[in-house]
Amino acid sequence: MPSRLGCYPRVALAGFRRYSTYRQATAAGLTTNVVFGLMRVAVLFAALDAAPNHATISGLARASTATYVWLGQGMIAFVLLWGGNELAERIRSGDVVVDLYRPWDLQAAQLAADLGRAGHAALTRLLPPLVFGALFFPFRWPERATTWPLFAVAAVLALLVSFAIRFLLSILTFWLLDNRGVLSMYGVTSALLSGLTLPLAFFPDWASTALSYTPFPALMQSPIDVFLERGDVANLVARQAFWVVLLIVAGRVVLRRAARRVVVQGG
Amino acid sequence: MLIAAKLRAQLSYRVSFALDCLGQALTQAMEMIAILVLFGRVSALGGFAVREVLVMYAFASISFGLSELVIGDLDRLSRYIRSGDFDVLLMRPLGTLPQLMVADVQLRRLGRALTGLAVLGYALSTMDIDWTAPRAFLVVLTPITGTAIFASIWVAACSVTFWLVDSSELPNTLTYGSGMFTSYPITVFGGWLRKLLAFVVPGAFVSYYPTLAVLGRPDPLGAPGWVSWLSPVVALVAMTAAGWLWRFAVRHYRGTGS
Repeated sequence: MPSRLGCYPRVALAGFRRYSTYRQATAAGLTTNVVFGLMRVAVLFAALDAAPNHATISGLARASTATYVWLGQGMIAFVLLWGGNELAERIRSGDVVVDLYRPWDLQAAQLAADLGRAGHAALTRLLPPLVFGALFFPFRWPERATTWPLFAVAAVLALLVSFAIRFLLSILTFWLLDNRGVLSMYGVTSALLSGLTLPLAFFPDWASTALSYTPFPALMQSPIDVFLERGDVANLVARQAFWVVLLIVAGRVVLRRAARRVVVQGG
Repeated sequence: MLIAAKLRAQLSYRVSFALDCLGQALTQAMEMIAILVLFGRVSALGGFAVREVLVMYAFASISFGLSELVIGDLDRLSRYIRSGDFDVLLMRPLGTLPQLMVADVQLRRLGRALTGLAVLGYALSTMDIDWTAPRAFLVVLTPITGTAIFASIWVAACSVTFWLVDSSELPNTLTYGSGMFTSYPITVFGGWLRKLLAFVVPGAFVSYYPTLAVLGRPDPLGAPGWVSWLSPVVALVAMTAAGWLWRFAVRHYRGTGS
């Protein structure tokens, strides 16, 4: 049976195990997420207090707002919004040639490793901020039982969108030789555009409408909205799926062109 | 002389330097956009209007940007300790802290400060402020005292690295966290979070109190007016405390043994 899935389950397991060895780093990252979560909640609560109706902005009340913040802080490490540039380093050093000759699909192998990493992050980085928020802040649990599986799907789709974008930015290194500038631009803007810093519903209408045509909300805002049961949930998940397909296919096309370049040059 | 050489080296790659600088400026601008988006929905935050919050954000940005410039390689302390390079610093007849500070002066970090400077200029010029000589002097002095307070936070937070070598992200929580905290009025935060980040870590004196003094506003939290002018004193105390903590930490440093 293992032949059908090939080496990928083992690559995923290795990804999981690898991150479970970094205990101190996990704890430190978690502390950072919680501290920033505390400040975000305070700022948003202050805004709600000053809202014209003293209670809600764009339909978000205190409990939904706090839930939004803690879910977002947990999602940062799960989807890996920042960081993860190892493939680009291997492309720069030339080690990627070895990866390309291995009997696997490079994109699928990278994805397997990222799924393993995310599995570890789900337990150590996504759950703890949620539990913290539920214990110490007003919290809005889903009202419909179907929301839980839907949220799981939306969260995994968010992870896939994030992976596909990171993969694309990494293989740009074949042309740019150094992708750190592009990567830091993405890191800087993605927190705001994905709806991590503020709910996208707070933005002016023209801005949130424009953003809905980009993959950014699929990274953060969509799974959070699914959890909070805001808007047309099926539509949100369908849009996420659209971006996953588009970005994964784009990654494959670009990788094939890049690989051709490598073979020609390395000959 | 070493510093001058480092600066020349960075300026020799003009395009790369300009892009780096722009990236830093943009990073800092994200929090400003967040503030402006919030004020699109509300007219006050913690009892302060948009321009008042922008002045606090600006003082915080300039101070944070300049402090990053001043601390040099300090944020890479855990790498120094793990590799044993820190032992080399200890051998030299100079203080370890000044050596780390001049080891790297990253001019691109000016980008953050420039964003703050632009916002400060805009906010102050469009507000109706009763300018007096002490207030004008305070506007110039505040980025300096703010830088000193932030640099003290960096030094104190990084001292922890001597005990917890592997958690280089932990000091960042306090330093970058203070960067965000000081961008908003402290009235936004409540309870122990405010006590900790405004007064134990003296974040309130980076931007909040100087802004009150410049605007001539009384503190909604009830502190007497002279408190708003205390930042220089607080900066001196913070630097002394951070220096003391650093020396204490270095004295207990044992090396990683490899």
